[in-house]
Amino acid sequence: MIKCEHIFKSFDGRTVLDDISVEFETGKTNLIIGRSGSGKTVLLKTLVGLHTPDSGDIYYDDTCFSSLDFTERKTVRRDIGMIFQGGALLDSSTVIENVKLPLDLFTDQSEAEKRERVDFCLKRVRLDGADNLYPSELSGGMIKRVAIARAIVMNPKYLFCDEPNSGLDPQTSVVIDNLIHDITREYDITTIINTHDMNSVMEIGEKIVYIHEGHKWWEGTKDDILQADNRELNDFVFASAMAKRARGAEMREDRTR
Amino acid sequence: MKIFELIGRYFLLMGKVFSRPEKISIYRRRVIYEMEALGMNSIGLTAIISVFIGAAITLQMSISLESPFIPQYLIGYATRETMTLEFSSTVVALILAGKVGSNIASEIGTMRITEQIDALEIMGINSASYLILPKIIATVLFFPFLTLLSIMIGSIGGYAIAVLTGIMIPNDYIEGLLFDFRVYSVVYSLIKIAVFAFIITSISAFCGYYAKGNSLEVGKASTRAVVVSSVVIMIFNLILTQLLLT
Ligand SMILES: Nc1ncnc2c1ncn2[C@@H]1O[C@H](COP(=O)(O)OP(=O)(O)O)[C@@H](O)[C@H]1O
Ligand SMILES: [Mg+2]
Repeated sequence: MIKCEHIFKSFDGRTVLDDISVEFETGKTNLIIGRSGSGKTVLLKTLVGLHTPDSGDIYYDDTCFSSLDFTERKTVRRDIGMIFQGGALLDSSTVIENVKLPLDLFTDQSEAEKRERVDFCLKRVRLDGADNLYPSELSGGMIKRVAIARAIVMNPKYLFCDEPNSGLDPQTSVVIDNLIHDITREYDITTIINTHDMNSVMEIGEKIVYIHEGHKWWEGTKDDILQADNRELNDFVFASAMAKRARGAEMREDRTR
Repeated sequence: MKIFELIGRYFLLMGKVFSRPEKISIYRRRVIYEMEALGMNSIGLTAIISVFIGAAITLQMSISLESPFIPQYLIGYATRETMTLEFSSTVVALILAGKVGSNIASEIGTMRITEQIDALEIMGINSASYLILPKIIATVLFFPFLTLLSIMIGSIGGYAIAVLTGIMIPNDYIEGLLFDFRVYSVVYSLIKIAVFAFIITSISAFCGYYAKGNSLEVGKASTRAVVVSSVVIMIFNLILTQLLLT
């Protein structure tokens, strides 16, 4: 479980996060949705401590993360995996080296043990034959897979994903979404995903938080989102054709009942 | 006021860079990698520029010192002294600031804007130390070799021009090269280049590490790295000369 209470964050006097309180649940894919520029990335980075909130508290299970000092945070970070929007793989390292880096730095495993773990993670994200390629030689979907493999290599308890399927074609997007969802289930991880993609919402949205201009406007599940009584959210949701169709089908069902 | 803030941030970053590394073995591997990337790859440039400058100095000296009262070997002597005292440390450092400094700033700047630095931080890695310390160690250890190389190749350049143009007797030139040779001048030059290596690497890394925005900003950071480290090199050249030679 990850919880934040009354988070405020501003840059140069401009408020970007305005009193956000949410609880993200364990073993579920929690979604933060909103238009681009609404503050999703800033919220995610504040939760993991890459930005310091102006005020407010952040809890990882029973630990109050926001009151920890630098070294104590490092211990919590060993339990965090994060997938950045562009993948953020190290350009000067191969696929294997990228995934192995956390093991190199923080474990005393032998080279063979490390290789086994890396191979396991790369298999889990269904990436093969790319071991010794550099990030510049990979496609967008492959980069995301490597990023996921790197994020899970240390067996994290918390997984953060910033727009995991931005820049991917719709088919690959669904595959990546489901991969993250399955991993979350399998290892009982608290996963938080940023997205503006309604397809993801309908596919894997177990708990959804809608952010608009730094405010939390709504939270719920994908089953309530189509009926939500919130103008802003409706505009966002029904800007997507697929959601429109889903709503249409539902209304037709209602009428035939 | 802004300048003091920047200097403060620079020293804070250096504090982070020199805090205890996660695992020595990883750092050793990265130092070797950086020696190749930043040092070995600069050998060609240093050699080419040094050979031509050595030749040019010899040529100019032989023209200005053309008099029956001045012994010819002084031309060789003057070439060696100029190379040792100023060119092979200070000027080579300025050239390396252009090549290596811009390279470091744009590499680290790109890592910043593509969130690679954030990714390291999330893994619990001290990104400043992981990225910058190996570069500093590699350049401080390797650049002195470039200076030695430059002194030697510059002297060879002077010899070559003496042979090719016949402006002086090559043996006189050699005699000059060896005349009044003081090891301390070379040591002085090596101390200077080691300090300059630190200046180039740390300032360029600083410019890259705090880059924000897009690729335009990375370009600006890399230009800034070259300009600022060149100016700081010139200032420290005076300071070190005052400290070491007087
Ligand atoms: N480091 C920063 N400095 C200043 N402003 C920022 C910074 N990061 C984000 N912002 C601003 O915060 C707002 C929200 O950005 P972001 O969280 O990236 O949006 P998104 O929901 O698309 O991820 C934007 O207006 C952006 O300009
Ligand atoms: Mg974003």
